[in-house]
Amino acid sequence: MIVYTIKRIFVAFLILLVVSGLTFSLSHLSADPALTIAGEQASDEDIEAVRKLYGFDKPVVEQYFNWLSSALQGDLGKSYHYKAPVVEMISGRIGTTMTLGFLAILFALVVSIPLGTIAAMRPNSIIDRFALLLAVFGQALPTFWFALMMIILFGVWLRWLPISGNTSWAHFVMPTIALGYYATPALMRLTRAGMIEVLSSDYIRTAKAKGLLPVSVLFKHALRNAIIPVVALAAVWFGFMLGGSIVIETIFNLKGIGWLSYDALLRSDLPVVQAIVLIFASFYVILTLFADLLNAYLDPRISVR
Amino acid sequence: MDKNEVVLEVKNLSIDIPVSQGVLHAVDKVNLHVDRGEILCVVGESGCGKSLTSLAIMGLLPKNAQRSAEMLELKQEDLQKLTERQLSDIRGNRMAMIFQEPMTSLNPSFTIENQLLEPLFRHRGLSKHDARSLVIEMLELVGIKPAEPRLRQYPHQLSGGLRQRVMIAMSLLCNPDLIIADEPTTALDVTIQAQILELMMGLREKFKTGILFITHDMGVVANIADRVAVMYAGQIVEEGPVAEIFDNPAHPYTRGLMSCIPVPGKVDRDSALGTIPGMVPSIVNEFQSCRFAGRWDENYEENFTPCNLTEVSTEKRSFKVNSNKNHLVHFCCDQCLDQSQHTLTEGRWLCRTQ
Repeated sequence: MIVYTIKRIFVAFLILLVVSGLTFSLSHLSADPALTIAGEQASDEDIEAVRKLYGFDKPVVEQYFNWLSSALQGDLGKSYHYKAPVVEMISGRIGTTMTLGFLAILFALVVSIPLGTIAAMRPNSIIDRFALLLAVFGQALPTFWFALMMIILFGVWLRWLPISGNTSWAHFVMPTIALGYYATPALMRLTRAGMIEVLSSDYIRTAKAKGLLPVSVLFKHALRNAIIPVVALAAVWFGFMLGGSIVIETIFNLKGIGWLSYDALLRSDLPVVQAIVLIFASFYVILTLFADLLNAYLDPRISVR
Repeated sequence: MDKNEVVLEVKNLSIDIPVSQGVLHAVDKVNLHVDRGEILCVVGESGCGKSLTSLAIMGLLPKNAQRSAEMLELKQEDLQKLTERQLSDIRGNRMAMIFQEPMTSLNPSFTIENQLLEPLFRHRGLSKHDARSLVIEMLELVGIKPAEPRLRQYPHQLSGGLRQRVMIAMSLLCNPDLIIADEPTTALDVTIQAQILELMMGLREKFKTGILFITHDMGVVANIADRVAVMYAGQIVEEGPVAEIFDNPAHPYTRGLMSCIPVPGKVDRDSALGTIPGMVPSIVNEFQSCRFAGRWDENYEENFTPCNLTEVSTEKRSFKVNSNKNHLVHFCCDQCLDQSQHTLTEGRWLCRTQ
C-alpha cells in the first residue's frame, strides 16, 4: 500500500508538470498578450515597451520556467486588468467554488447511490424505470437551461430562493441542484450496474448462506464492492463540478473562481486564466490520486496489481 | 453412531423455472435424507439439478425458481414454514454450505477474520475476543497453522486450497447439523482435493455432522460417500450404500456412469472409456416419455448383469435391487414401470425401443 501510494504520487506529480507546460504554451499561442494589454490604438513602440515590461520578448521556454518557478513559490503573477496578485484574487474566491463543487457532488451522491441501489435490487421495476427516467432527463437537460428554469420557478414565481449572490446558504441551494443533477445520472447508472453485478456474485451467495440479514448483505458485502468504480467516477465528477461551475457561477452570480475565469477570459487576463486552469487541473490530478488511494483501501487487490 | 438420527429429510422436492419456451422442471420429485454423521453423495452430470437441489434446501434459489416440496425438514423442523428471517437464523448456524468456487466465494474486500467472525456475531452473539479465539481454533482444525497471521489477510492473498479450507472452517463455526458441500473440490487440483476430502471425513467423524456432498466425480464418491444418490435429468434414478452402487448398479444411467471411470489395472490402456450415447432430453414443459430414451449402449444386452427388482409397495415406480431395502432404483415413466420388473432381469427395457 505504501509503495503503491508513493508510485501514484510520483505519477500525479509528472502529470501536473506536463499540464503546467501545456497550459502555458496554449495560452501563449492563442493571442499576443502584449497587444491585448496595450490596447488596439497603441503604437508599435508602446506594444514593444509592454512586451519588454512583461518579459514577452524572452524565449517561451525561459518565460515558462520563470513562471513555473514563481508558481512553485506561490506567486502566480499579477492580473493585467485588476493589477492585483492572482493568488489573492483566487484565494478570496476559491472557497465559494469549493463549497459549490462539494455540495454539488454530495447532492449527486446522496441522490444517485440510494437510487442506484434500489434500482439494482429490483431491475425493471417501477422504481428502476423512474430512476432511468430521471437519469435520461439529467443527461439530456443542458445545465444552463435547467438552472434558468429553476430560477424562474423557485426564484421568480414561488420566491422561495434567492437567485443571485453568495451571501447565505440559501444562495447555494439552486446552484447545487443545477450542478449536482448533471452528475447524478452517470453515478446512478454506475451504482446500479455495479450493484446488479455484485448481487449475483458468489460471495453474496456466501454471505446469504452465512445467515446474514439482508441489510448486512446489501450494505456491507454488496455496496462496498459495487461502489469502487463509483468512487473513481465521483472524484472525476468533482473535478468536473469545479470546472463546470463556470457556467453555474455566472448564471447565479456566485463570485467564485469559475466566475473569475469567465471574467478573465473576456478581458484576456492571461495570468488569471493560466492560474485558474492550472488550479483546476491540479484539482483533477489530486482528486484522481485520492480516488485511486481510496479504491486501493476499499479493494485491497488494487494495490497489488 | 446413533442409528438413523435423520438430520435432513426431503420428500418430493420439485423446482420449476419459467423459461421462454415454457416451464423447465429442473428438479422433479426428489426424495433424499441425510443421517447424523453420514455423507450422502449426490452425483450427476452438469445441469442435472443437483446444485439447485442444494440451493433449494438452503432457501437460496434464484428468485425466478419455484420450489415445492411435500416435506423439507431439518431435524424435524419444517423449513417451508419458516419466514425468510427465521430461515436466515438457521443458515450458517444449523445448516451451512460450502461452494464450488473458493476463488470467488469470499468477499475480496474484507479480511479473512472479518468474514469468519460474521456468523459468530450473527448467530452466537459472542464477544469479539471469544469469537476470535474460536475462529483461530477452527482454522487450525482445518489445517491452517498458524492461523493467527492468516486472519489479517485478504482472500486474494490465499491459494485456492487455503480459501476452501477457510470456507470449510466458516461452515463449521456454529457446529451445524448439516453441511451442504456443492462440488467443494471441483475447482482444486487433485492433491489438494485429496487433502480436502480427508479433512471433511475427519471433521464428519469429529462433529458427527451430516454432509450432503454434491459432485460429478465418481472417484470422489468412492472416496468419501456412505450413501449415493444418482441424479439424472432432474430426478434421482438410483440410490443406495456406496458399495452397492459401485458393485451392483441397476439403472442403465448409473451403469453408463460406471463405465466412464478409468480404473488403473482394470481398464486397458488402449481401450476407449465408456460413453453414454445421445443427449439429456430437454425437460421443458410436461415431459411424459422416458428420460433415458435413445441413450442405450448398443452392447447393453451383451454386457448386461441381471439384477432382481422387487417393487416397493408404498412408492410407485421405485424398486428394491436384489431385495436390499437401502438400494433403490426409480423409473421415470410408465413405460419403464410396466415392464421393469422382468425386463430388467431379462436385460431389456421397454423404453429402449422408443
